[in-house]
Amino acid sequence: MIEIKGLTKMYGDVKAVDDVTMTVETGTITVIVGTSGSGKTTLLRMVNRLEEPTSGEVRINGTSTLSVQPHILRRRIGYAIQGHGLFPHHTVARNIAAVPNLLNWPRDKIAARVDELLELFSMDPVQFRDRYPADLSGGQQQRVGVARALASRPDLMLMDEPFGALDPIIRARAQDDLRRIHTKLGSTIMLVTHDMDEAIRLADKIAVMDAGRLVQYGTPAEIITHPATDFVADMVGDVERPLRLLSLIPVSQIMVDGPAEGAAIAADASLRDALSACLWTGRTAVPVERGGGPIGHVTLDAIRACAEFQP
Amino acid sequence: MRAANALRLTVLVLLVALVMRPKWFEVAFAPLAPVGGPVMYERTSLLSLSLNHLYLVIAASGAATLVAVALAILVTRPFGVAFRPLARSIANMGQTFPPVAVLALAVPSLGFGSGPTLVALFLYGLLPILENAITGLTNLPPAAMEAARGIGMSRWQSLTRVEIPLALPVILTGIRLSVVIALGTATIGSTVAARTLGEVIIAGLLTNNTAFVLQGGLIVGLFAVLIYDAMVQIEARLLHGARI
Amino acid sequence: MTQAHRRLAFSATGVLFAILGLGALLVPFMTIAANRIVEGDGMRIWNIATPSATLPGLAAVVAGLLLGLPDNMTRARLAGAVMGLAGLVWLLVQGAPALLEGAGAYARVSPATGFWCLLGVFLLLAADALAGMAPGPVMRAELLATAVGVLAAVLWSGALSDLSIMQEYASRRDAFLAATWQHLGLAFGSLAAAAALGFPLGILCHHQIKLRSMTMPVLSFLQTIPSLAMFGLMIPVLAWVGATFPGAQALGIAGIGFAPAFLALVLYALLPVVGNTVAGLAAAPQAARDAALGMGMTPRQRLWRVELPLGLPIILTGLRIVLVQNIGLAVIAGLIGGGGYGTFVFQGLNQTATDLILLGTLPTVALALTAAIFMNIFVDLTRTSTDARND
Repeated sequence: MIEIKGLTKMYGDVKAVDDVTMTVETGTITVIVGTSGSGKTTLLRMVNRLEEPTSGEVRINGTSTLSVQPHILRRRIGYAIQGHGLFPHHTVARNIAAVPNLLNWPRDKIAARVDELLELFSMDPVQFRDRYPADLSGGQQQRVGVARALASRPDLMLMDEPFGALDPIIRARAQDDLRRIHTKLGSTIMLVTHDMDEAIRLADKIAVMDAGRLVQYGTPAEIITHPATDFVADMVGDVERPLRLLSLIPVSQIMVDGPAEGAAIAADASLRDALSACLWTGRTAVPVERGGGPIGHVTLDAIRACAEFQP
Repeated sequence: MRAANALRLTVLVLLVALVMRPKWFEVAFAPLAPVGGPVMYERTSLLSLSLNHLYLVIAASGAATLVAVALAILVTRPFGVAFRPLARSIANMGQTFPPVAVLALAVPSLGFGSGPTLVALFLYGLLPILENAITGLTNLPPAAMEAARGIGMSRWQSLTRVEIPLALPVILTGIRLSVVIALGTATIGSTVAARTLGEVIIAGLLTNNTAFVLQGGLIVGLFAVLIYDAMVQIEARLLHGARI
Repeated sequence: MTQAHRRLAFSATGVLFAILGLGALLVPFMTIAANRIVEGDGMRIWNIATPSATLPGLAAVVAGLLLGLPDNMTRARLAGAVMGLAGLVWLLVQGAPALLEGAGAYARVSPATGFWCLLGVFLLLAADALAGMAPGPVMRAELLATAVGVLAAVLWSGALSDLSIMQEYASRRDAFLAATWQHLGLAFGSLAAAAALGFPLGILCHHQIKLRSMTMPVLSFLQTIPSLAMFGLMIPVLAWVGATFPGAQALGIAGIGFAPAFLALVLYALLPVVGNTVAGLAAAPQAARDAALGMGMTPRQRLWRVELPLGLPIILTGLRIVLVQNIGLAVIAGLIGGGGYGTFVFQGLNQTATDLILLGTLPTVALALTAAIFMNIFVDLTRTSTDARND
């Protein structure tokens, strides 16, 4: 559990982060969203003390971050940034091994961990181990960057716009990867982005920052349905709110028994996908399948009901 | 690549033969010597002059490298930043001082011989390395620097594992420039009685013996070409490895 | 260092300068010797003249060091440097006649370690203050002109004529003037010749990769030949030319003297000129090149309207390197009878006459520094104008 209490950062007379208090539950993904200059990156960088807070404190599992030396603290916290920040003069393997090396892990343990991580990110160790970052595509560099952050099995991972430099298709894949890896490893992740879509897609909880202040902290559904301020509503986008809400709900949740006409969609697809299928083919219901076989259907009416505003 | 290596080997063999067995080349240099005069320089062996020449250059450049890189590291740390503009100005403007002038100015305070040459070579060699080392250590990829701090490297680890390796190609270029300048300037050291290959050239100038001038110049030139080439190879290899 | 810093803060460099400067006050400021060859006795700053004569200069030096201390007050620091330099000149002017008085007809006074250290400290203080002010090219030109003017006025006034180096100058005024013209002729003449040869060659190399890959290694090799040997090797070449071609000797082409030195300098100058021309022409952004191509410019139009204007700063930087390098290398010409300031340097080395060495090196250093600063200003001017054109 990460407790942030009254955290403030001043640059001269400017408050970059203004008295932020929040608690991040262990094993969740918390996404900090805001426009540029909202203080979201500064907030994240104060967690591993890349920035020293002007006042307030951060406690990780009850221990204040101020009680350890900054570089020792950072070795226990994974850190991935936009533009990957790989060391251009080190091979992929040596980049991933950076933190285990700092922690003086035995050599064979490091080598095994590197291969394990490359496989986790669907990169063949034999093929990629000894390459240099400049030889990789943008998506591969980014995956190595995240692999490096995960290398020492940190309980907490900080990610600063990790997918910011990727094109939309590769970014979607990277987001899926992150979700999958999170489910598998169960570590706590704090991620900064300016992209509300990314936040809704990834987050268990979203923190919205504006002008240094934490203006709302809640689940994606809460943020969409009950934006605390006009700024949050703007971030979510009025027009897209119902669609964003639908994208949070899996089809299986409102599925009913019985057959329906036409092509089926997967049970873990979102209601947004189901709505899209209905509208595109002019149907009022679509069949739902799991493992190749039909298991039920969802109706357009049921979808509509979910998208409706319920105060 | 193979042709280049063959050329390198030829030049090296030629150089070694010229220095170890000057007699072999008497036929080639004879037309340039004055009638009846000596063809090859024999007052001191070319080998000992070459070794002394190289010793001066290596000692001066080695010391210059250590001091310049240390200074560059100091002025690129947070506590030394205030001195960076000054270091840059000194490196910039200092290089406009003619090497001969530095050499001549060292004589009044240090007397004749190897001393002033060593000091002049050191001082003059310091500047290109300092300039390049500061450039190299300040133009590092920001994301990699941020990552080094973010994953928990201490300042020292960041310096030795990330900053210096990344700046190394630029620093090596400075060392290469410095060494080549030093090789040439050391010949002028003979005008202040340092024992270098310049002695051969000056003897040639004084006795109108072009054969001396050419053999002295040729040996220094071949040393310079080989050393220059070797350092380019090292830089290229480093750069290739890092794919920066 | 933050904007909120309003109280007086010390600059780290200023503190360093003050410590060095105060230390330099403790070592001998001038020397007095019985004649021009023997080693002199060092005199500390308070012994060179009566206290009433030295006090103003000493005060100016100390005040200059103190003015260098405050951070973020670059104008005050520059003023401190100027005040310190004025104090140094004052001390020389007061000290020289006072020391010479009753010391004998052949006695010589010279500035000593203390003076040179303080001179260095104040010049560095000035450079540091100027770096903080980041003046534009025009202001730098004005400052350079002022500095050169003031230096010339001080030397012209005869106030320093009691110094040994000025006595060396006085006894060979004509030779010095001739050497100056020869030195300038060697440095600028070889620059002009190298530019006249190098530009066309550079443009050809830019277009023909094959020519470039053949030319550049040859020019690089020329640069690695030690200057002493290069000058020496030109002697037989030109002696042969002078002896073989009728009329060549009438043009002054002979084995010894100006011609071989000139030719050697031209050969050295070719690499920076050609190399930077090629680099400059290649520096035009691909987008600008494509645009020129797209709007139907001929290769000649592209060269003159796009590539040359955009590459001008880099090409001029090549000329700066050449000019500074040749001003220094021209000293070697003194060894082969080519004239220039090198004559005095090598005479001085032979006679172990320090002041004669200085008479050769100081003008060379001053010339090289002035040329470097001037060319930097020039490069910056072309850079700002191309930047403006890019907007």
